[in-house]
Amino acid sequence: MTSTLTPVRSKRSALTKGQLPKYAPYVVLAAALIAGAAILALVGFNAFGWGIVSAILFAVGLVSWSAAVEGSRKAKDKLATCLVVGSFLIALLPLFSVIWTVLVNGIPGLLAPGFMTTSMNGVTGVFDNRAVEDGAPVIGGIYHALLGTIQITLLATIISVPVGLLTAIYLVEYGNDGRLARAITFFVDVMTGIPSIVAGLFAAAFFFAVVGPGTKTGAVAAVALSVLMIPVVVRSSEEMLKIVPNELREAAYALGVRKWRTILKVVIPTAISGIASGVTLAIARVIGETAPILVTAGFATSINSNVFSGWMASLPTFIYTQILNPTSPANPDPSSQRAWGAALVLIILVMVLNLAARLIARIFAPKTGR
Amino acid sequence: MSKRIDVKDLNVYYGDFLAVEDVTINIEAKSVTAFIGPSGCGKSTFLRTLNRMHEVLPGARVEGEVMLDGDNLYGPGVDPVTVRSQIGMVFQRPNPFPTMSIRDNVLAGVKLNNKKISKGEADVLVERSLKGANLWNEVKDRLEKPGSGLSGGQQQRLCIARAIAVEPQVILMDEPCSALDPISTLAIEDLINELKDQYTVVIVTHNMQQAARVSDRTAFFNIAGTGKPGKLIEVGDTQTIFSNPVQKATEDYVSGRFG
Repeated sequence: MTSTLTPVRSKRSALTKGQLPKYAPYVVLAAALIAGAAILALVGFNAFGWGIVSAILFAVGLVSWSAAVEGSRKAKDKLATCLVVGSFLIALLPLFSVIWTVLVNGIPGLLAPGFMTTSMNGVTGVFDNRAVEDGAPVIGGIYHALLGTIQITLLATIISVPVGLLTAIYLVEYGNDGRLARAITFFVDVMTGIPSIVAGLFAAAFFFAVVGPGTKTGAVAAVALSVLMIPVVVRSSEEMLKIVPNELREAAYALGVRKWRTILKVVIPTAISGIASGVTLAIARVIGETAPILVTAGFATSINSNVFSGWMASLPTFIYTQILNPTSPANPDPSSQRAWGAALVLIILVMVLNLAARLIARIFAPKTGR
Repeated sequence: MSKRIDVKDLNVYYGDFLAVEDVTINIEAKSVTAFIGPSGCGKSTFLRTLNRMHEVLPGARVEGEVMLDGDNLYGPGVDPVTVRSQIGMVFQRPNPFPTMSIRDNVLAGVKLNNKKISKGEADVLVERSLKGANLWNEVKDRLEKPGSGLSGGQQQRLCIARAIAVEPQVILMDEPCSALDPISTLAIEDLINELKDQYTVVIVTHNMQQAARVSDRTAFFNIAGTGKPGKLIEVGDTQTIFSNPVQKATEDYVSGRFG
């Protein structure tokens, strides 16, 4: 055994001040919940008020206890932590609330037989009345709307991505911040702010003038969505191209590679993960647009697989019409069930797209490792 | 496989700003020429005019002549891309392409230009270039791994391998060791000594010992003051420049009295 010369301290270190015990937040939380319930019981209990009052009591309790034991610096730290966590919870609340509501209301619709595989063709109020009065299964589905949404969004993407990406390439690689480049940047910014209904009106008016009055097809809707999508694609691609280091361009030039090949084979592959996830997020942004599709593609109850002719349904317009004009005005419940089911499908689509964006970013990201 | 460069009365401008004034210099084939001088004196700018890389910056232009074995780089109708495929360049910071493997980085000059090359020829070229850059033994077992996974010194040698894979006449190096540790620097300096058997090498360096170690001839650039153009003060055999320079400014600089 060797003995150390350091004296064993029974007191706390001279370098520390008082510290709250580790369990302090839990104690305060329990006390705040109990006190909150007691206060709420006086005025009439509800869960929402309980949460708010308890949160305030918790913050006040923890901060003042900390101020008494640990001093003002630690107390301020605890206050800031309370505020940050509180804001985070407030921001998350609507998200969870939306997802919960859509899940609860949407799952019965989603599980109804044939929901994903049939259209609303031939589904009349008679069937809905029977479903409510006799307990028959709710029939009718979203196949036509899902097909329409996918076709319209796909066509919009096919239009927007080349236009947006090429614009971004011009701005970053060739624009030199000249007059034209600055004008394009300005108008792209203006386009970002265009209300979606205006984009719809533009596309409708454009096709009325060029093709003929009353032209309403999926393609017109795709053009309207492109108007909304292009600025997003331009902006995100531009940012991604800008962060490609200039050294890589110079390295390629110094090997005697032409500028367009450098852009095609060095700059874009380096930035592709960011561009791809930007495009996916742009798709997610327009897939839920309702107004521009209503004025450009109209509404349909039957399957239309030709995006270039005839009115076309989409998920957002399906939800809109099912809620506003129930198939059976006397018994709107089956329609509302279908609308929630469609909303759930739409949210799942957007989530899948977001996940796809992450996956794409990971797949294309420049590889590291030895 | 190497050519000489003769520069006559060269002025380099950025817009209206005269960055380098009136440079006349002869760079011998199969030799190492070092450019030394204080920061901002235009030696890198001048180096970049030797393969028209300065044109990448907007507003940059040149007056005068740069002759590569008698052909003016700035003659009418000369394609800068042709110039750059004859005069390669290695940069200050190693810049391998992050999306490519080590092998593809070496082949970049071929592949990016869509030249057809058989797998056998490609293998030979990769091995020859990496051996030329003294990197083969370190990477031969991981040619398919990304180039960005190498150490800084290895990355810089990869960039040199990439430059010599396109078989240039001249290799320009812009402070190739300034981001590297002494061991890697030594590896690159040894490599430069070997490269001059085949190529004309021009190197910009802040490190006077390095210039003395690797170069046959040394050119000293200086600047009179901020906003003034950089000038070539003196050029001569490295030994002469470091032991017995003609100009007072050169002597002050190489003896460490300023700069």
